Amino acid sequence: MVAEKTPLLEVRNLWVKLPDEEEYIIRGLDLTIHAGEVHALMGPNGSGKSTLAKVLSGHPGYEVTDGEVLFRGENLLEMEPDERARAGLFLAFQYPMEVPGVTIANFLRLAYQRRFNTEIKYTDFYKILLQHLKKLEMDASFAGRPVNEGFSGGEKKRFEIVQMSLLEPVLAVLDETDSGLDIDALKIVANGVNSMRSPERAFLVITHYQRILNYITPDYVHVMVEGRIVRSGGPELALQLEEKGYDWVRSELAGTATP
Amino acid sequence: MAQPDILNLDQDYKQKYGFYDEIKPVFQTERGLSRRVVEAISIEKGEPKWMRDFRLQAYEIFLSKPMPTWGPDLSQLNFDEIVYYIKPTDRKGRSWDEVPEEIKRTFDRLGIPEWERKFLAGVGAQYDSEVVYHNLAKQWEEKGVIFVDTDTAVREYPDLVKEYFGTVVPPHDNKFAALNSAVWSGGSFVYVPPGVHVEIPLQAYFRINAKNAGQFERTLIIAEEGSFVHYVEGCTAPVYAEEALHSAVVEIIVKRGARVRYTTIQNWSKDVYNLVTKRAVAYGDAIMEWVDGNIGSRVTQKYPSVYLLEPGARGEILSVAFAGDGQHQDTGGKLIFAAPYTTGRITSKSISKGTGRASYRGLVQVLEGAHHAKCNVECDALLLDEDAKTDTYPYIEINEKEVTIGHEARVSKVSDEQIFYLQSRGLKKDEALTLIVSGFIEPLAKQLPMEYAVELNRLIELEMEGSVG
Repeated sequence: MVAEKTPLLEVRNLWVKLPDEEEYIIRGLDLTIHAGEVHALMGPNGSGKSTLAKVLSGHPGYEVTDGEVLFRGENLLEMEPDERARAGLFLAFQYPMEVPGVTIANFLRLAYQRRFNTEIKYTDFYKILLQHLKKLEMDASFAGRPVNEGFSGGEKKRFEIVQMSLLEPVLAVLDETDSGLDIDALKIVANGVNSMRSPERAFLVITHYQRILNYITPDYVHVMVEGRIVRSGGPELALQLEEKGYDWVRSELAGTATP
Repeated sequence: MAQPDILNLDQDYKQKYGFYDEIKPVFQTERGLSRRVVEAISIEKGEPKWMRDFRLQAYEIFLSKPMPTWGPDLSQLNFDEIVYYIKPTDRKGRSWDEVPEEIKRTFDRLGIPEWERKFLAGVGAQYDSEVVYHNLAKQWEEKGVIFVDTDTAVREYPDLVKEYFGTVVPPHDNKFAALNSAVWSGGSFVYVPPGVHVEIPLQAYFRINAKNAGQFERTLIIAEEGSFVHYVEGCTAPVYAEEALHSAVVEIIVKRGARVRYTTIQNWSKDVYNLVTKRAVAYGDAIMEWVDGNIGSRVTQKYPSVYLLEPGARGEILSVAFAGDGQHQDTGGKLIFAAPYTTGRITSKSISKGTGRASYRGLVQVLEGAHHAKCNVECDALLLDEDAKTDTYPYIEINEKEVTIGHEARVSKVSDEQIFYLQSRGLKKDEALTLIVSGFIEPLAKQLPMEYAVELNRLIELEMEGSVG
């Protein structure tokens, strides 16, 4: 193993619930991600995967009652969502929001300026944006369209990756970006992610299915059940899951392994 | 030379528009309203008897009408506190050099001369009660276009004025139309001869400077057959925290096949009661378009209307209102279908923030015989927080069977999910909110000449500043 260095992300004993409810969604989760790594987080519906993604980006709708999250050594939970983004955290949304009347170019120029703490002329930015659209095989006309309005499901997902590509995050969390994508779109998205892999950057790929991992090879696979990571391993774990289903992990958990 | 500093976001209204000049008016009437005040205005202007009689008659009508109580709260408006006529200077310029220095400085600061050089066909600038500057580019003058202040029109074009003045909005229409008719001063008179297309906008800028001032401009636009004109107005005032009153009357005659667009970006300070009557009549195949943006004022009551008098006439009303803390924007539009095969559309977009209240009030009236009339009304309200209020009063009266009328109303709140999405890309919370609002008013902004669209967006950004903790 390489010498010890500060992890990019360190989640320790995280407990999360909705403000008005008793039941916890995330129950004592631990996760450490270093620069250069790709982690896949798999799990059945309702296991808390998407909640983790939102909590990492600072969604105001959740209550963290215990635990800590360090991002590049700093307390992530004390930062506003925009501060997290400017520090290099990116979330590709499972359900990207529509913003009527706001063009992609106007929106992303502002995002670009904030992320890189710079001012850029509209015409200069436009050229940059077109390169990223092209990379994800999206037509240049998208630059002038309102954000996500009237997009197909696949276009929305691809546009998330356009944004990731443009904003060059240090840690990108992809929340079920693969769901609802046909095989061609999946390959385009995977290519977008693979082209960005670097020793300085890490990915947390949240998915329900093993399929996307055929195209994005993870270094680590974690299985999340009922709010915590119950198994971690290499890429082979994803294949095992695909074969045996989530009941396999569940039943192992309950100590009643199937014969 | 002062730059139009609309691009500077860091100043608030008080710094940008809320300044005032220490000028000594050459004449002003005593505080409050009386028959004597009405006469004094007319005498000071040296008006013909017919206009003086018109004023005095209107004054009687004003007295006879009760204060309207069906709309916003006007109980704090005290007619006795207002100064109805303030003449800042004896000079009226056709070049900015002729305008008294202090007053010119104000318009420099507001960027008007600069805009005129850049993209306007003509400019009128009114300061308190009188127009201090008026100019029309030569090429339009040569084509017979008239663009002067209305007082000048009474002197120089009495026949045209007599024929149309008070015909679209008669004094007895409502209490404030009567008030304006009694004490009116300034405003624009526009005449476009048949077939002439004034391709670049004419602009009027209205500035209230004095404390407790009333501004009562009177605008009359006559578009002859097949002509076109786009008239734009803007307005601001100092911040005094004492009420001022702006009560204008605008009358527009759009003859057969002509088209008039009238755009307002209203940005009065939050001391101003803005109670305005705007109405157009459209003849066969004519098009009248009102683009009405209300951002400032304490209370605004304004419902631009179009009377569709002959087949093929079309009326378009696009209204955007922003009601911030303490403001009540009671706006909308009226379409009166008085002939068959007439069409119209009202689109209203309002934004309420803090303790602000935005009301849509609209009337669609189809008179008997106006068969095949088509009308569509769409109201969108956006609430920025819990206390903000919005309401709609859509009146529809239909006296004809074969008509097509659509009405849609939506109220939405800015969703936390939207804000979170934008924030997760690095935008600060108030930037995210501002972006959502600018997207909401985009349908209006894209109707405006670029310079005005930019200004409107800046104004909204100013209003949005500090709207989140």
